[in-house]
Amino acid sequence: MIAHAIFFYTFSIIAVVSAIMVTASKNTVHSVFFLILDFISISCLFIMIGAEFLGMIMLIVYVGAVAVLFLFVVMMLNVAQQKNQWFAGQITSKHIPVGLIISILIFFEIVIVISGWKYKPEIFDINNTIANTSVSNTHSLGQVLYTDYIHVFQISGMILLVAMVGAIVLTFRQRSGVKKQSYIKQISRERAEGVEVLEVQSNKGVKIDD
Amino acid sequence: MTEIGLGHYLTLGAVIFSIGIIGIFLNRKNIIVILMSIELILLAVNINLVAFSIYLGDLAGQVFTLFILTVAAAEAAIGLAIIVVYFRNSGTIRVEEIDKLKG
Repeated sequence: MIAHAIFFYTFSIIAVVSAIMVTASKNTVHSVFFLILDFISISCLFIMIGAEFLGMIMLIVYVGAVAVLFLFVVMMLNVAQQKNQWFAGQITSKHIPVGLIISILIFFEIVIVISGWKYKPEIFDINNTIANTSVSNTHSLGQVLYTDYIHVFQISGMILLVAMVGAIVLTFRQRSGVKKQSYIKQISRERAEGVEVLEVQSNKGVKIDD
Repeated sequence: MTEIGLGHYLTLGAVIFSIGIIGIFLNRKNIIVILMSIELILLAVNINLVAFSIYLGDLAGQVFTLFILTVAAAEAAIGLAIIVVYFRNSGTIRVEEIDKLKG
C-alpha cells in the first residue's frame, strides 16, 4: 500500500506540474514536451491501478501520434521563433483574473460534487459489464468491446475516417506551375503527331522547328 | 494518507481539468496551446472514467475512455488542419489577431 501511495503521489505531482508548465511555458515547443510528459505520467498511473490496456493505448495514441502531430505543426508554422515579438507588452491581460476565478470555481464545484458522491447499491443489477477478474484487463475489455459496444466501436472508426478525410481536404492545396507526367497523353500519342517523313533535298538539309 | 482511494484520482482529475480551463483563459500566445489545454481537459475526464471503472469494477468506463481517445485524436487532427490552413491564409495564429468575426 505504501508503494502504491508513493507511486501515486510521484506521478500525480509530475502530471500536475507538467500540466501547469503546458499552459505557462513561453515556448510552444516546450509546451508540447510538457504535454508528452503529462501523458506519460498519467498512463503510468493507469497501468498502476490496473487499466494496463488503456495505459498502453494512451502511450501509443497520445505520445506516439497526437503529441508528435502537435510538435510537427508547431515546428512547421515556425511559431517558436516569433515568441519575442509575440510577448511584447502583453503581460497585463484582463482575461487573467476572469480565467482564474472561473477555474477555481469549477475546481471547487468538482470537489464538492465528488466529496458528497455516492452510488446506488443496485446500480450493478442493471448492467452486464462487470469486470471479469479471472482474465487480464485487455482480455476482459475485448470481451465487452466487441460484443456489447460493437456499434459504438464501428462508429468511432467512422469518426476517425471522417477526421482523416477532413484533415486531408482542409490542407490539400493545388499548386500551379508543377510539371507532371500525364500517362494518358503519353500512351495515346499517335504516329501522325510524333513523326514526320520528309524528302531531304541535296545540299539543303532539313530545318527543324520553324 | 497512504491509502489511495477513488477520491485521490478524482481530485487529480479535477486539478488537471482546472489547469486546462486556466490554460484556455490565460493563453495569449497561440491557438495551439489552447488545443493542448483541450487535450488536458479530455485527459482529466479520462482519469475520472478510469478511476471509477477500476474502483467500481465496471468495464464501461474503460470502454468509454477508449472512445474519448478516438474523439480526441480526431479533434486534434481536424483542429491542427484548420490552424495550418488559417496560418497559410492570414500569416498569424496569435489569439488576439484572430478577430475576423468580431465576436
